[in-house]
Amino acid sequence: MAGKTVEAKVQAEQKPRVLTGNHFMLGDHACAEGALAAGLDFFGGYPITPSTEIAEHIAERLPPLGGRFVQMEDELGSMVAIIGASAAGARSFTATSGPGFSLMMESIGLAAMLEVPCVVANVMRASPSTALPTMAGQSDVLQARWGSHGDYGVIAYLPASPQECFDLTVRAFNAADKYRVPVFVLMDEVVGHMDERVIIPDAADVPIIRRKGPRHPPGEKPFLGYAPDEDLVPPMAHAGEGYKVHMTGLTHDERGYPALTPDVHDKLVNRLVDKIRLNAADIEMYEEFGTEDADTIVVSYGCTSRSARQAVNQARAEGLKCGFFRLITAWPFPETRIRELVKGGKVKRFIVPEINLGQMRREIERLTQMPVLRLNHGGGAMPVPEAILELIRS
Amino acid sequence: MSATEQIIHPAATIHPIDGLLRADRLPHILCPGCGIGTVIHGYAHAIAASGISEDKHVCVSGIGCSGRAAGYMNVDSYHSAHGRALPFALGIAVHNPELNVTVISGDGDLAAIGGNHLIHTARRNVNMNVICINNFTYGMTGGQVGPTTPIGAKGSTAPDGAVEPPFNLPYLAKATGATFVARWTILHVREFQDAMLRAMHKKGFSFIEVLSPCPTSFGRANKIGDGLHEMELYRERCRIENGATNLEDLDIDLLDESKAITVGNFVDIERKPFTG
Repeated sequence: MAGKTVEAKVQAEQKPRVLTGNHFMLGDHACAEGALAAGLDFFGGYPITPSTEIAEHIAERLPPLGGRFVQMEDELGSMVAIIGASAAGARSFTATSGPGFSLMMESIGLAAMLEVPCVVANVMRASPSTALPTMAGQSDVLQARWGSHGDYGVIAYLPASPQECFDLTVRAFNAADKYRVPVFVLMDEVVGHMDERVIIPDAADVPIIRRKGPRHPPGEKPFLGYAPDEDLVPPMAHAGEGYKVHMTGLTHDERGYPALTPDVHDKLVNRLVDKIRLNAADIEMYEEFGTEDADTIVVSYGCTSRSARQAVNQARAEGLKCGFFRLITAWPFPETRIRELVKGGKVKRFIVPEINLGQMRREIERLTQMPVLRLNHGGGAMPVPEAILELIRS
Repeated sequence: MSATEQIIHPAATIHPIDGLLRADRLPHILCPGCGIGTVIHGYAHAIAASGISEDKHVCVSGIGCSGRAAGYMNVDSYHSAHGRALPFALGIAVHNPELNVTVISGDGDLAAIGGNHLIHTARRNVNMNVICINNFTYGMTGGQVGPTTPIGAKGSTAPDGAVEPPFNLPYLAKATGATFVARWTILHVREFQDAMLRAMHKKGFSFIEVLSPCPTSFGRANKIGDGLHEMELYRERCRIENGATNLEDLDIDLLDESKAITVGNFVDIERKPFTG
């Protein structure tokens, strides 16, 4: 009898893959639901604050849907396991925070070099080292771009709300497959641990883009898993499909075989960078308002953009010509739009509030060659709207 | 018919394992006297004899000379990062349990930089076969000492001889949960192939240590001589003891001529394989 009750309870608790509806949901959980809605097959992860709720939620939700959850021995293993699973055809995912993200860097380079799609959520906390594990930071935005050795392209999203944790995680899976790259969802502790309304659409309305596969049957001719199409992205075959795939982190030719020459290498790393750079218009995302007449533009992202939005609204109510620009992709950085804003001739200065000592400010300075006012906190506290407003008024 | 076509007699191109090797990648990078080719040969024969479609065999390697093994196998093959072959293989094996996943890598890759993955993959009992080619040294980087180097053996990072006690890999594998554990040398070609076949059909974590000469980076520095001399050493000192239970006593001391090297299929137990 008792057994039957338990079984009935389990049956009743079986939830669909896409949790269509209106929810009041934690950012970390919304990220996990986004991964599930995007078709997640394999999660390998290691507990770390403040991202642990993502792993916990997936541990509960994924196995009943036929997917696999593995708690790995460390983040080195987590990152490599999701690359392996993806090489076997899985939509794969891990979630971590600063110290774990640092450990993953070696194999993020491996994923970039093998061109194996995978998604990493990094719920950023105050850093460096262990620092303030439970408090917010935006400390890893440059690490996400440059953290592994060498040149390669990546894509990184910056959700500013639980709704965006869902939406951008779905988008991250599609972008990973479309461009055969590791993709990051750079949340921060405030957004990850915030409860807000999250609207999850019908399963049919969740956009799904899958990686390109081979265009000939196995055995007909050698499969060229590194011969790119016009978009610079090659098709991908998986373990077990009969294509005799070879992948190596060594410099390789179109067949995937080691080809250890400077010429092959130069061509390869240029393509790894260019496939993101030249497709930036398709990938990059930003939000702006009030920029058409602005002499001051506040550039922000993640939780900090919530303070910035309030400050800019207040400034505009006071009649100040202030614009709001929010980065939704960190990488590729919306360089073209930032340059256009400067070319307009009205902008005199930028303000970049961040919970780090000026990582994205460096990008704005580089692109605009204009005065960029700093408003930084080293970690653990958000710049408040009043402080941003004060700078706008200055 | 051109002269070239005449020279290649059809029969000469057909060898039982020809189709399992990436002939277009030959010649290989391995030194004369190296044992890695013999392991590749044994693995290929085991695939051919396994009764499992070659499309379902997957080979994963780490980094180093042994790490190059995957690149010569004409199956889906992955040359991952240093020490990371096991979690890479775990991702494949757990996502697609129909695949027969074999890791071929070296002692430094699997037991030093990848040591944590080794004990945890064995503990989980992930269904895969691990061939650890133990040449007692870091061959590719030029003969540095590692976690399997016998005490006293010379390496470029221990010019006066290694001072750390080495791992006894079968004992480690057994203690951490492997369900099939063996130790052979490249002299024991048929025994290794048989062990490999058993591993392929074992549902669980199989670990096979294969002792292999590295004349260039280990044999020369330690006055063992070339590959053939180390094979002679194996012939003289190896003692087959299948089912040996005292694995803790079966350390290898390559440099002590009075000590036997015990080889065999040591462990074959049943334990629930990991499915994720």
